[in-house]
Amino acid sequence: MKLELRGITKRFGSLVANDHIDLVVKPGEIHALLGENGAGKSTLMNVLYGLYQADEGEILLDDEVQHFAGPGDAMNSGIGMVHQHFMLIPVFTVAENVMLGHEQTKGLGRLDLAAARAKVREIGSQFGFDVDPDALVEDLPVGVQQRVEIIKALSRNAKVLVFDEPTAVLTPQETDELMVIMGQLRDAGTSIVFITHKLREVREIADRITIIRLGKVVGEAEPTATNAELASLMVGRSVELTVHKEHANPGEAALVVKNLSVVDAVGQLVVNSVSFEVHRGEILAIAGVQGNGQTELSEAIIGLQERVLGSITLDGQSLVGLSVQKVLDAGVGFVPEDRNVDGLVGEFTIAENLMLDRSSNAPFVKRGSLQLSYLSTFATEKSKEFDVRSQGIQTPVGKLSGGNQQKVVLARELSRELRLFLAAQPTRGIDVGSIEFVHKRIVETRDAGVPVIVVSTELDEVTALADRIAVMYRGSIVGIVPGNTSRDVLGLMMTGEVPHVITTTDDSEGVLL
Amino acid sequence: MSDSALASPTPAASSGAAPTPGAEIPPAPKSNQVLRDIMGGSVVISILAVLLALVVGGILIALTDENVQAASGYFFSRPGDTINAIWVSVSGAYGALFQGAIYNFGGNTFVKQIKPITDTLTFATPLIVAGLGVGLAFRAGMFNIGGQGQMLIAAACSGWVAYSFPLPYGIHLIVAVLAGVVGGAVWGGIVGVLKARTGAHEVIVTIMLNYIAVYLISYLLRTPGALQAPGSSNPKTPADLPTAVYPDLLGGDFNLHAGLLVSIAATVFVWWLLTRSSLGFKFRAVGVNPNAARVAGINVKRSYIYVMLLSGGLVGLAGVAQVLGTVTSGFSSGIDAGIGFDAITVALLGRSKPWGIFVAGILFGAFKAGGFAMQAGQGIPVDIVLVVQSLIVLFIAAPPLVRAVFRLPTPGVAKKPKPPKASTSSPVAASTGEAVVAK
Repeated sequence: MKLELRGITKRFGSLVANDHIDLVVKPGEIHALLGENGAGKSTLMNVLYGLYQADEGEILLDDEVQHFAGPGDAMNSGIGMVHQHFMLIPVFTVAENVMLGHEQTKGLGRLDLAAARAKVREIGSQFGFDVDPDALVEDLPVGVQQRVEIIKALSRNAKVLVFDEPTAVLTPQETDELMVIMGQLRDAGTSIVFITHKLREVREIADRITIIRLGKVVGEAEPTATNAELASLMVGRSVELTVHKEHANPGEAALVVKNLSVVDAVGQLVVNSVSFEVHRGEILAIAGVQGNGQTELSEAIIGLQERVLGSITLDGQSLVGLSVQKVLDAGVGFVPEDRNVDGLVGEFTIAENLMLDRSSNAPFVKRGSLQLSYLSTFATEKSKEFDVRSQGIQTPVGKLSGGNQQKVVLARELSRELRLFLAAQPTRGIDVGSIEFVHKRIVETRDAGVPVIVVSTELDEVTALADRIAVMYRGSIVGIVPGNTSRDVLGLMMTGEVPHVITTTDDSEGVLL
Repeated sequence: MSDSALASPTPAASSGAAPTPGAEIPPAPKSNQVLRDIMGGSVVISILAVLLALVVGGILIALTDENVQAASGYFFSRPGDTINAIWVSVSGAYGALFQGAIYNFGGNTFVKQIKPITDTLTFATPLIVAGLGVGLAFRAGMFNIGGQGQMLIAAACSGWVAYSFPLPYGIHLIVAVLAGVVGGAVWGGIVGVLKARTGAHEVIVTIMLNYIAVYLISYLLRTPGALQAPGSSNPKTPADLPTAVYPDLLGGDFNLHAGLLVSIAATVFVWWLLTRSSLGFKFRAVGVNPNAARVAGINVKRSYIYVMLLSGGLVGLAGVAQVLGTVTSGFSSGIDAGIGFDAITVALLGRSKPWGIFVAGILFGAFKAGGFAMQAGQGIPVDIVLVVQSLIVLFIAAPPLVRAVFRLPTPGVAKKPKPPKASTSSPVAASTGEAVVAK
């Protein structure tokens, strides 16, 4: 089915999220929609899916104008969506999830589960998926859950499939498998819209590429275009994808973690006997697919986990069992992975957020009262230094873009005397310009002799920043390898395998645990 | 959108379901969002809610008025009569409300003319402090529904000191006030401790503590040798010693007492606490985002305890105002007069801002003072005032309704670059911004 968007414009008040966007997706084509976060990709797809009504423009399917009042209409017309965060019910089986919303019933309203099971098997065998219709969704790996989403869309005869950032949660191997599936779907005649901000995937699978920036189509490109060309179209200027950094001059070990285990609130062992060291003046990246214990490991260091076994020492001082305040006082700077939940108070102003972790003592508090004039000088200065773009230091951070929010977090954490800097997912969901800035500051922190840990699920970020890389899988560290290790090796390690090439790396730091 | 619906089932579910001792802080509950939505409403919304409630109240007054009913019987022959009857009924009612609450045109002496406004301030005195207590707890993300219990305990402590210890003039008053504050703070602090230590939800705990306080005080009032006045069989305490009573501010012709000054001082204190102090900063951080507060090293549990101590203490001041100001001749178990619950409304109407609460407290004081005049003068049941008060809460709790009625634009849709998030988070952000502007 041919999908055409003509002059789609969607405004939210004064903000134009989509500005006269034209897009044609032919049958049997994978059309990549490339753009930064906030460029308007998701808005466009929500218009297509009937979640928003376009202010101007029209949607055509096989040259017929469509009017979608809601997702139901879009689905009935043959549009399917694979959401970034799966819209599945974890405690339902695969078959139940697939039939959800258009349940077939037998007499007296009994669900016809057999039909749903048959449907799952039929679609599965068609594309070579192996999905058990009676498995509970919550028991399935993420990659398989995504296939359930695809089956769900296909079970409604979707002729146009929209993949919204499908690889964000996948391992490199799962990503490769998804690419194969997308290829099969294309060959079967499905039109595919592939939304992403990852250049590599686009070049790998897309037939055509449309780049969106600030709500407008800024160009089309062929898959043969280089990363640099695509990136410059995305951000509108040439950006460095690699970080310029000098060779590290690691000093003595500052942070020593030995046999660290973390048990979570439901009693599961989420970090399993992890040991590593971080030296002064080096960046240790902790790589791995989301949910393999990295979050809990960083929370354990900062004092947010309750049940921690093993030892964590920073410059000889034990951090285990200390309150968060004490850990911060010991000189740990922390950028939490979810800045909106853990890093910032959205309703607070930039200035207030800048003093959030120093709300008890000087310089921001004297004898129990806030030093507002000092705070405002400080905030003005730091906003300038960290290039926080806002209407002033009294702007609530909730109104800032992701990149500017992250700069506020960085400004706060890096303006203390640090003995360890721990940044979890420091560039998640921020624009390329801000990524560049954040990376630069992280390297500068390293060069100032501070030991740095960067936890990241983005391989590009890991390889760009790291002096050494620890790969985590299911709560354990699979291995610690040098920063120049190839993506293939890292990808394998992220699935828990230990490629023997590690042992042959020339660098003596390739330690196997 | 349902971004987070499936994203992280385990941490949220686990910590939310079983708040075991020593487990992490319960995640910011949904109720925080509700609170934020309510508090995020602008001044305009508050004012419109009051107006709308008065209009609906007027309709009710007209509907229940006998003259209107009679005139509407022949509405189609002489519609003017019905309209006239409605006008007479509604204007009479609200005129009486005004004369009872602000200025009595019919008074033949100056004292009688301005007495209503002083009555309003007298009624407002406990409402303001209790509202401040509830509002302060709101700001730290806690629903303090326990105003009744905190007031009763405070009243008992304060009253006991007031009638049983002959102390010098001045010192006696201070000790009596402090006793009440401590009593309220303890009763509130229990809630904070239980929440911090065990994760018990403060709404349930405060409501249960209300029952405990009511029956405890009733029991003590019926027990000779406890609070009951010696030689009496009524469940009532002895009268306060005159040294412990709040002095009259405007002389014996008026009921207005020095408790008002305490309320004003408390308003200034809470304003300072919330906007200028380290503790208030932590309260506010914990109130809007306990996760970020915890990660920033703020001891969230301790904040819950502190804020409930302060909240209980402030509500306790309302109990003190009742015992040492309004009812000095000995009190019974009804001494709280529903102020503990009205305080919730006052805090909501004042959007949990100290000066907003101050104004809202005076408005509710006016309703109380005027309600009696309305009943006495026009025969309109005082319940209509309660209905109006309830309607105010209803309209404040439903800002979209008020916006729809007055065709106000929905805040938040305009300025959010990420539309899917706009539906959940931005009304708050945008409307607080709007509130700043409006202020």
